[in-house]
Amino acid sequence: MHIVVCIKQVPDSSQIRVHPVTNTIMRQGVPAVVNPYDLFSLEEALRLKDRVGGRVTVLCMGPPQAEMALRKAISFGADHAILVTDRAFAGSDTLATSFALASAVRQIGRDMAVDLVFCGKQTIDGDTAQVGPGIAKRLDLQLLTYVSQIDAVDPERREIVVRRRAEGGVQVLKTRLPCLITMLEGSNELRFATQAGIFRAARYPVQRWDSKAAGIEDPSRVGLKGSPTVVRKVFAPTPNTQRADLISCESGTPEDLAATLLAKLTTRNPELAALLGRAGMQETGR
Amino acid sequence: MNTPAARRPAGRKLELDPRLAAYQGVWVFVEHERGQAHPVSWELMGEGRKLADQLGVPLAGVVLGAPGEPTRQFCQLAFRYGADRCYLIEDPALADYRNQPFTQGLTELVNAYQPEILLLGATTLGRDLAGSVATTLQTGLTADCTELTIDPENRSLAASRPTFGGSLLCTIVTLNYRPQMATVRPRVMDMAPYEATRGGEIVEHPLRLVETDILTKVLDYIPDNRQDRPQLAFADIIVAGGRGLKQPENFELVWELARVLGAEVGASRPVVQAGWVDPERQVGQSGRTVRPKLYIAAGISGAVQHRVGMEGADVIVAINSDANAPIFDFATYGIVGNALQILPALTGACRQHLALTQRAG
Ligand SMILES: Cc1cc2nc3c(=O)[nH]c(=O)nc-3n(C[C@H](O)[C@H](O)[C@H](O)COP(=O)(O)OP(=O)(O)OC[C@H]3O[C@@H](n4cnc5c(N)ncnc54)[C@H](O)[C@@H]3O)c2cc1C
Ligand SMILES: Cc1cc2nc3c(=O)[nH]c(=O)nc-3n(C[C@H](O)[C@H](O)[C@H](O)COP(=O)(O)OP(=O)(O)OC[C@H]3O[C@@H](n4cnc5c(N)ncnc54)[C@H](O)[C@@H]3O)c2cc1C
Repeated sequence: MHIVVCIKQVPDSSQIRVHPVTNTIMRQGVPAVVNPYDLFSLEEALRLKDRVGGRVTVLCMGPPQAEMALRKAISFGADHAILVTDRAFAGSDTLATSFALASAVRQIGRDMAVDLVFCGKQTIDGDTAQVGPGIAKRLDLQLLTYVSQIDAVDPERREIVVRRRAEGGVQVLKTRLPCLITMLEGSNELRFATQAGIFRAARYPVQRWDSKAAGIEDPSRVGLKGSPTVVRKVFAPTPNTQRADLISCESGTPEDLAATLLAKLTTRNPELAALLGRAGMQETGR
Repeated sequence: MNTPAARRPAGRKLELDPRLAAYQGVWVFVEHERGQAHPVSWELMGEGRKLADQLGVPLAGVVLGAPGEPTRQFCQLAFRYGADRCYLIEDPALADYRNQPFTQGLTELVNAYQPEILLLGATTLGRDLAGSVATTLQTGLTADCTELTIDPENRSLAASRPTFGGSLLCTIVTLNYRPQMATVRPRVMDMAPYEATRGGEIVEHPLRLVETDILTKVLDYIPDNRQDRPQLAFADIIVAGGRGLKQPENFELVWELARVLGAEVGASRPVVQAGWVDPERQVGQSGRTVRPKLYIAAGISGAVQHRVGMEGADVIVAINSDANAPIFDFATYGIVGNALQILPALTGACRQHLALTQRAG
């Protein structure tokens, strides 16, 4: 089986700090990481390879330094890594991004036909969850999003059975290969990189494709030109001018503060008064 | 790949292609599963109504389902929540949600009746479907919007969404492509008002796809045990705790107050990450969006990523030992004090209040 895993390099959100006064993001020195959601897909791809054999190719579109994300994937056991990088991609929205990535997957398939494409559920920066469905549509692949488990895969019969999280339950779905899967977070646990893997990653020559090499003939389909959506402005949320009504009372004991709060809640908000009455009925009714 | 600044529409054509001006009307996709309409549909209907009125165009609901499902009932509900018209596709292939037939159905409706705006819920179903439909139609899709407005100058949809974990907002427009598509998370918008006497017109359309052409089959459906999963999104009262509670044992004080009030329990992210409570209880940008009538936050600082998930609450009570904590900037009532003392006192006061109201009632 040939499995392609799409991974994006993103700023590490746990290290992003918001400036307390200006309310702007402080990005200086924030390290870049592999989008955490993509690691569940990478692990699932590696497990499938362990089970049925084959090849795992990781694919990333981004600036030259995004090569680090691909090396990381190699250290965990991916076989090949391709970085699609071109100034022409700057400003791509999800429609343009999925166009470029789909085109790259097609190129990758020329060498060895692709049976499965994995994407993360979403990213932690753009956070749209739109690129996976976009790639699937462009490559005419069946789309399986929010997959929590792969029950069975049969490369000979070209079939796969998965569990997919729906709103109120879990669907068990069977589909034909090739298809595109996005894995749900927490569906597996990423393996540790082996010494050999880390060694290989350090020396691995990541392939760099510009838009031509990625098979993109019409440059107006990517970047700003190929993007229907445009960010018109970025702004801070309007600060609420109404500060909280701070509860105080003469004694200042917790009991008196609590009683004062409750009195305000029930006298000033008739709806809450009714609700708080009902809440009690429920409790005694249980 | 791109920073917002890099995506400025520098030198791009802003006036609408005349061919695209034919696209008119606002549509809301009515999501349903197992005989139940998802409430996000009616939240979107309220928002859709405002947009349609501003544009002076009709509002329509879109219902896709199988014969035997209450699809016509969903159309009636759509009218009562504000739709003027419903587009309905009924076909056995639409019995359970599957991407291929739903994408085909919705895409075909859009091509046939040409709406200028199409809204979907940012649910597992809505996100799956919206991404596929937008790609098929080659149009723009804005994810997880928190505000939708019409630009009076050119009648285009301005969709705002949080970025960088909610610390900033950005406004996105779709130029020269139609329809303009957007998804909105559940509980971000208010429910539309319900008018029992409203009616409308149902327009039926065929699916033009047969089961043998659909490659994905549903083998089974395992419904969740609802009792097992926290239902924060629709709770009337939520008592939430944060890192200010200091020890996992102290979180029991939150549970006690919640029990007395018949409330759900929420939490800030650090508390979830420390493993004190179930991740489904996390409120905020990377957790749930909630809209209770009363939200009590104990030992929560009110960081913007938490705030975006709960500021839709009618009344917010904050208990924090630091009078300068940001949560006091947007809470309705505040108590500056030690939550470890205030919470049990509040539990006691509520218990007493309830005993009294019950005796009176
Ligand atoms: C503040 C802000 C808001 C934005 N809002 C929108 C919007 O509403 N609509 C819109 O169309 N665009 C939007 N964009 C642009 C969008 O973020 C980019 O197109 C981005 O390249 C891909 O979207 P994403 O990060 O949301 O990916 P998602 O769709 O969330 O990613 C899903 C999966 O696709 C794969 N993937 C995504 N990007 C790459 C990549 N570069 N390389 C390899 N694999 C990848 C990964 O497996 C990932 O887990 C926005 C950008 C910014 C900065
Ligand atoms: C991309 C991203 C996404 C995020 N998503 C979320 C999200 O979904 N939800 C979320 O909650 N956070 C989220 N965060 C984290 C967020 O930025 C804050 O770090 C977090 O909300 C803080 O949690 P807290 O208020 O419990 O803790 P703290 O900020 O540490 O606040 C603790 C508060 O308790 C008070 N306190 C201390 N002792 C007492 C006492 N005895 N009695 C009363 N008060 C006391 C302190 O004064 C302080 O105000 C996200 C961050 C990023 C970067």
